[in-house]
Amino acid sequence: MSVDQNRSRVIGGVIVMCGLILVIRLFYLQVVSDTYAQKSDRISKRIVTEYPDRGLITDRHGKLIVFNADAYDLTVSMPMYSRSFDTTTFCTLLRITPEEFVQMMGKAKKTAYNGKAVFKKNLTTPEFARIQEGIYQFRDFQIETHSDRKYSMAIAAHTLGYVAEISKNELERDASEYYDAGEYIGKSGLEQFYEEQLRGIKGRQHYMVNNIGQIKERVNGGKDDIRAFPGMPMEISMDAALQAYGEELMQGKTGSIVAIEPSTGEILAMVTSPGYDPNDFAIKNLSHNYPKLAVDPSKPLLNRAVAAQYPPGSVFKLIMALIGLEEGVLTENTHFSCHGGFHKGSLTVRCHPHPGFPDLKYSIQTSCNAYYCNAFREILHQDKFKNIEEGYNNWRNYLVNFGLGSRLGVDINQEQGGNVPTAQYFHKIHGENSWSYIRIISLSIGQGELLLTPLQMANVAAIIANRGYFFTPHFARLIDGKNTIPEQFKTKHQTGVSDYNFATVVDAMAAVFSGGTAAGARIPGIEMCGKTGTVQNPHGENHSMFIAFAPRDNPKIAIATVVENAGYGSTYAAPISALMMEKYLRPDTTSSRMDLYNRMTGKTATHTTAHQADTSHGAGE
Amino acid sequence: MEQESKIDYITLILYFILVVFGFMCIYSSSSGDGTFVPNLSTNYGKQVLWIVISLVLGAAMFLIDVRFFEVFSYAIYGLWIGLLILVMFLGREVNGARSWFELGGFRLQPAEFAKFGVALALSRYIGDMDVNMRKLRNQIISGGLISLPFLLIVLQGDAGSGLVFLALVLVLYREGLSGLVLIIGVAVLTLSVLTIAYGGVPVGIAVFLICGVITAFTYTNPAFLRRLVLVFVGAIGLILSVQFFFDNILQAHQQVRIEVMLGLKEDPQGYGYNVNQSMIAIGSGGFSGKGYLKGTQTKGDFVPEQHTDFIFTSVGEEFGWVGTSTVVVVFVLLLLRIVYLAERQKNKFSRVYAYCVLSIMFFHVLINIGMTINLAPVIGIPLPFFSYGGSSMISFSMLLFFLLRLDANRENELDSINY
Repeated sequence: MSVDQNRSRVIGGVIVMCGLILVIRLFYLQVVSDTYAQKSDRISKRIVTEYPDRGLITDRHGKLIVFNADAYDLTVSMPMYSRSFDTTTFCTLLRITPEEFVQMMGKAKKTAYNGKAVFKKNLTTPEFARIQEGIYQFRDFQIETHSDRKYSMAIAAHTLGYVAEISKNELERDASEYYDAGEYIGKSGLEQFYEEQLRGIKGRQHYMVNNIGQIKERVNGGKDDIRAFPGMPMEISMDAALQAYGEELMQGKTGSIVAIEPSTGEILAMVTSPGYDPNDFAIKNLSHNYPKLAVDPSKPLLNRAVAAQYPPGSVFKLIMALIGLEEGVLTENTHFSCHGGFHKGSLTVRCHPHPGFPDLKYSIQTSCNAYYCNAFREILHQDKFKNIEEGYNNWRNYLVNFGLGSRLGVDINQEQGGNVPTAQYFHKIHGENSWSYIRIISLSIGQGELLLTPLQMANVAAIIANRGYFFTPHFARLIDGKNTIPEQFKTKHQTGVSDYNFATVVDAMAAVFSGGTAAGARIPGIEMCGKTGTVQNPHGENHSMFIAFAPRDNPKIAIATVVENAGYGSTYAAPISALMMEKYLRPDTTSSRMDLYNRMTGKTATHTTAHQADTSHGAGE
Repeated sequence: MEQESKIDYITLILYFILVVFGFMCIYSSSSGDGTFVPNLSTNYGKQVLWIVISLVLGAAMFLIDVRFFEVFSYAIYGLWIGLLILVMFLGREVNGARSWFELGGFRLQPAEFAKFGVALALSRYIGDMDVNMRKLRNQIISGGLISLPFLLIVLQGDAGSGLVFLALVLVLYREGLSGLVLIIGVAVLTLSVLTIAYGGVPVGIAVFLICGVITAFTYTNPAFLRRLVLVFVGAIGLILSVQFFFDNILQAHQQVRIEVMLGLKEDPQGYGYNVNQSMIAIGSGGFSGKGYLKGTQTKGDFVPEQHTDFIFTSVGEEFGWVGTSTVVVVFVLLLLRIVYLAERQKNKFSRVYAYCVLSIMFFHVLINIGMTINLAPVIGIPLPFFSYGGSSMISFSMLLFFLLRLDANRENELDSINY
């Protein structure tokens, strides 16, 4: 029996060994490895995201411009809970072919994130109704609601911007890890700049689900859940009526209008043309319209008001006069002779015919080229400067103080900084300090390397209106009903030109309306100050430009208008500016210059009409 | 003079621990919302009934003459064999197997109860003083007693339940069958697994090379070489037949189950679904579990057949490693206790019967827990005393209580009865 007794021990040993194997294996599965815990969380918990309403946007008078409407996406759990799937019924419900289903499913698998993926975006209303009816049969599929943007007026598409699905790049850059794939984010304009304020806080509810994807109960009794909080409403500085009027005036033209309230830097209107209807970029329309507009040769997506850069032309003479006055090299009574232009050795800068010996005021009024060629010499070559670099930098510094040569920092995207060349730039071309004003003479009349954006031009108008300072132009007015706009928009920027030096320039600008290049755009009863510019365009017809403000005392609006390929500044830019200012100052009355209004809106800008009011003022503008 | 009966309380306590713990898990996996509905509409309500019936039948064991089952063992064996045949014609098909009788609202699985009959018959046969497991004739008859129900149950389409009977080889080993049989068994199993995993050709080449190397060192010993050739031929034969069996005899779902178990196939949504869900539930339990009635996988019904064959996943998820190792330890203690009880029997019938109980339970525990953690293929056999189900609860209780009855009576059973 002893052999058999031994066998009982062998059997006991086998039992103990098998028990040990099980216990060790269980220890590995349960304690050492954590993959199963993660898998368990993934399949048995579901995070339901509650999307808040995006903040509403109203104009400066409280008129609602941007609001929300529900949009619907069809999402699918990834991986799917279903072990069998009735593709035929599903395809019938969605009215897609099995091939399309396979393709859409493949795409969904690739974009799956956090256990789900978007199967079909932005269902149309009939689709939503139809799918809603039958989707309960497919427990992996759900209709998710999110809010889409709607617009009460089809205006200011570039300024307002649009909202769209977050891109891979944006997701990677999102340091706060707020966003999940498939969610929406402000892509441009105010929607982008004030994304954090507008988006609100999305809610997160953690649910336990069962094997068929039904929600059972909250995890931890809802302790980890976050409630959704709606986005902050924003009041922006835009005057919706003025904006709409500007867009009407610019219809069929290429260019832009920027209007600013000088005392605050608030942008009243920013028109860019050609543009597009903001509804075209609502989430549900975006994928349809974006490709078309993106390849349109007229570049409707480009916000010319901040992104286009032009030589300022004669508008620049205002700045030249102010610098001359502040430097003491010009006075109200400084005269320079002009006989058909500026002559120095072999150099000639031509000027149009006008009385031969203008003073400062008349030089602005008549836009004399020779005057500013001479003034440039006086500004750059003062005795106090050791060399041209010092003189040039002194001059350039004024320009920088006027907000030129770099971005102003407006609260929408696409902004360009324009160009004011550095002394080093000319050193490189002409040799270290071996150049004089003659080599850069075209800068004196706003040509050459100088480039300004329409926004910068409007800001120059605001500076003159303010007699010497500006606030960074911006749209934000009230955020969540409070004056919590970014600090940089509340800072006053001084230009270094004393307020008393503005008097002559303002006088001259008023004369531009009363008897100068913009006389034809005069509005009875409003004392306007302006300056035309006609910028030579090597690619075609000249660009028509105008900056202005009104009224002369205690100005309420400063404006810059650029109409590309429209000839003289007086032809289109000046009348449009005048009409805009009139509209803003007298919002409730019809224009006293219906003739101008009809001419601006009735015809597109072509050169055939370019010489009506002011042929006498010629090319010097 | 009969001595006073004395029940082995250690076994009884271990039994109750398992039954109660099992009931808790069935409650958790089939409702677990905190309410308790004590009627037969719920699984846990029915389980109470099965437990009560089991205890009644267990108590009845102590009232019936201890010799009753021994005397009628062949008759009982015959009865269940008859039922196993009958079920193939009258049974209801469940999960591809025709192995259940349906009576009213209740279902009865003769294969579960057949264990008791086979255990009795085998004990009766081997218990005969003249039977010696070293004799070929006795080996064949014992093998026949085991193989008959095995074949019938395999024919029903329930190979898993049938395999249980092969565990009774352990009894034959205890009673004198050469240990070589077990070693050959392990070798056959290893070779079969390798063949399925890597294919017949590479395994055949490996066997050839190993035999060749051994030959190189032992060619001076012709007796050994002869055996080696025999082993080689046997191995090759086995490889060929396993390959043939796997490819041509096994059904597709059986092939997949074995492949999933061997890690050859990832099939988390198909046949591997159960195992995958089972591992997730157990693995996510961590060291001390998610708490009773708080298992997310258990509550969400993610594990199919959780209250029956996969009841162990509920332990794993809600009680963690502490719970699972406790269950394993309790089972190991129970099994060791049965070995102890077996060895203290003075009567061969009782000892063989105890080993029969041991073998059947050991197989069930090992394979059931093994399949939940992917150490064994998924064959639908319950965890004794733990899984939901009347057939298994009652049959295992009867197996165990009859053993306790025999043990309590051991002092009066000095000799086998002479018939």
